[in-house]
Amino acid sequence: MQELMKARAAALLSEGKVNRVLGWAAGEFVYDVTPTVFESREELERDFVYSPFCGANLSKYLVKEARKEGKILVFLKPCDSFSFAQLVKEHRIPREKVYAVGVECYGKTDATALRSLGITGIVGAAEQYGALTLNTLNGERRVTVAEAMLEKCKSCKTKEHRLCDELLGEEGEPVSDCSRFEEVEKVEAMTPEERFAFFRGELSRCIRCNACRDVCPACTCETCVFDNPASGIAQKAAADPFEENLYHIIRAFHVAGRCTDCGECTRVCPQRIPLHLLNRKFIKDINEFYGPYQAGDDPETPSPLTDWKPDDVEPGSAVRKGGRA
Amino acid sequence: MSTYRIREERLPALFEETAKKRKLYLPTDTAEGVAAFLPYREGMTLTASLNTSRSAKDLFFPQTETLADFKVSGREIAVVDVREECEDFLLFGVRACDVKSFEILDRVFLAEPVDSFYKNRREHGTVVSLACASPVETCFCGTFGIDCADPEGDAAAYRWEGYYYFVPLTEKGEEYLASVESLLEETDDGPVWDAKGEIYRKKERLPLKSLTTEGFGGERTKELFDSEKWESLSEACLGCGTCTYVCPTCQCFDIRDFDTGRQIRRYRCWDSCMVSDFTKMAGGNPRPTQKERFRQRFMHKLVYFPAENEGIFGCVGCGRCLAQCPISMNIVKVMKALKEEKE
Repeated sequence: MQELMKARAAALLSEGKVNRVLGWAAGEFVYDVTPTVFESREELERDFVYSPFCGANLSKYLVKEARKEGKILVFLKPCDSFSFAQLVKEHRIPREKVYAVGVECYGKTDATALRSLGITGIVGAAEQYGALTLNTLNGERRVTVAEAMLEKCKSCKTKEHRLCDELLGEEGEPVSDCSRFEEVEKVEAMTPEERFAFFRGELSRCIRCNACRDVCPACTCETCVFDNPASGIAQKAAADPFEENLYHIIRAFHVAGRCTDCGECTRVCPQRIPLHLLNRKFIKDINEFYGPYQAGDDPETPSPLTDWKPDDVEPGSAVRKGGRA
Repeated sequence: MSTYRIREERLPALFEETAKKRKLYLPTDTAEGVAAFLPYREGMTLTASLNTSRSAKDLFFPQTETLADFKVSGREIAVVDVREECEDFLLFGVRACDVKSFEILDRVFLAEPVDSFYKNRREHGTVVSLACASPVETCFCGTFGIDCADPEGDAAAYRWEGYYYFVPLTEKGEEYLASVESLLEETDDGPVWDAKGEIYRKKERLPLKSLTTEGFGGERTKELFDSEKWESLSEACLGCGTCTYVCPTCQCFDIRDFDTGRQIRRYRCWDSCMVSDFTKMAGGNPRPTQKERFRQRFMHKLVYFPAENEGIFGCVGCGRCLAQCPISMNIVKVMKALKEEKE
């Protein structure tokens, strides 16, 4: 797959169809890949990588990249393509500035997931059909990607792309046994006191690095309210022990109806807070109140939260349906 | 120097005894599997992780702290000094890199004008370090002349064949070991050397062992500042604060006022050169894009800090930024790219 992608990117570059290529570059070890813009065949040849460690969603970079001159090629995994489609829908990315190439994905892993399986000191790896042979400082370890999958991949909703100009590899299908709301249901089953304690416990680890916001494809405000010193809630000012909680709650509300559940927030959290739970609760509620809706599914359907229909649920029924209090 | 030891299974008793006399912080695993320095509670055990997710600097330089309160009554404003004498505490199991970071922070906070908040914690804190029996691929403390087999601190601990060995290094360390004397037995230092030898053998296999500081330092300001590499290196940077907040040596802070409704609370909180309003002032921001902010972080550690501190670099090679950056950009990649450019 990697070689196919490299060849296709190099061809499109030399044909002049695109000016730059947004992909992933190899790092020091095997897992530390970095989103990178490639401008030549030589750069692609030297650094381009597509491996089970390419979990990073590249679509948000397009907001910045599409403002530059020329056209950029981007490689999108199925989940990333939903983010891309949503950003196009929100007019954050001019569609004509991007050449989107969908690439197949069978789930991704990262060093954190491997470390939690007790695999440390990873310096290299070889992959074949989802089986990883890891070269570590303590000898060889074997593991499948499925055993060490990122949270977002464990709850993968579909292997089918949206809004791409072409596809490399096989197009997949929706995941029929996707159980991404199971964890939400567990939280819903808690009493209000338990739920409050649960979220206080999780969110109290927050160090306000804002990585969840900075990586989030739904967070593309030119200046975030949390970066505006005049807002009184600017990022560095954890003036109150509830501040971190407030930050995450406000963010979840702000991306509601636009969050595609790409799972980047949870992937990047250095404190391993399951941030996706908040977003997924909103998605589940939207599905229940307004009928099934998937952000980024297509460029036309209006989001239920920015649309109004006479038979929309009343706010009170939301409380009756979802609330146990 | 005297050496003491205790059997591994007796560690809980040692922690129990230590915690009787002062507050004890241990690197332990939280329920969610995140290694952190936490106040000791009965039954707490040491983490199996090499290092904690956040660094040990938090105990001396917390993320936020109140500096003063201002009380307004009528036309009077009273300044309330909130400083209190800190309680005695002991940090157990600090790695050589983190111990060295305290020295770097000391150079900032204990230089004139002395930061009394920091000094207070430093004076009341005792550091028991722990040699790294299994350094990992992200470790590069050796680049900065730090020896993970021979950590500094008030006392150093070594794990070897079912025992923990302790060597006091300062008066504070001697005093601590004397306070738990009943649990320790005096022994010769042979096993400590065995433990070190084993670590040296492991260090030989570390992938970053050949990384050096050659080409960096106080003399290189202009040349490195003007490097063309900053553009591409910073391109993917999200501008989040992860690297700076988990870094044991990042020491920038901001001071803000918070109106509680009844009074004004002046507090400080960590700042991060990665975020958009870093050094923003009335006249604007001298670092308007991520490129300048990103460059600041590495120039500070590799050029400005050594320029002002007798060549000492502002990085200890703990590897936290390597392990935690959301896009896997870090000081090792930066150093290698800048070196490559020169060659």
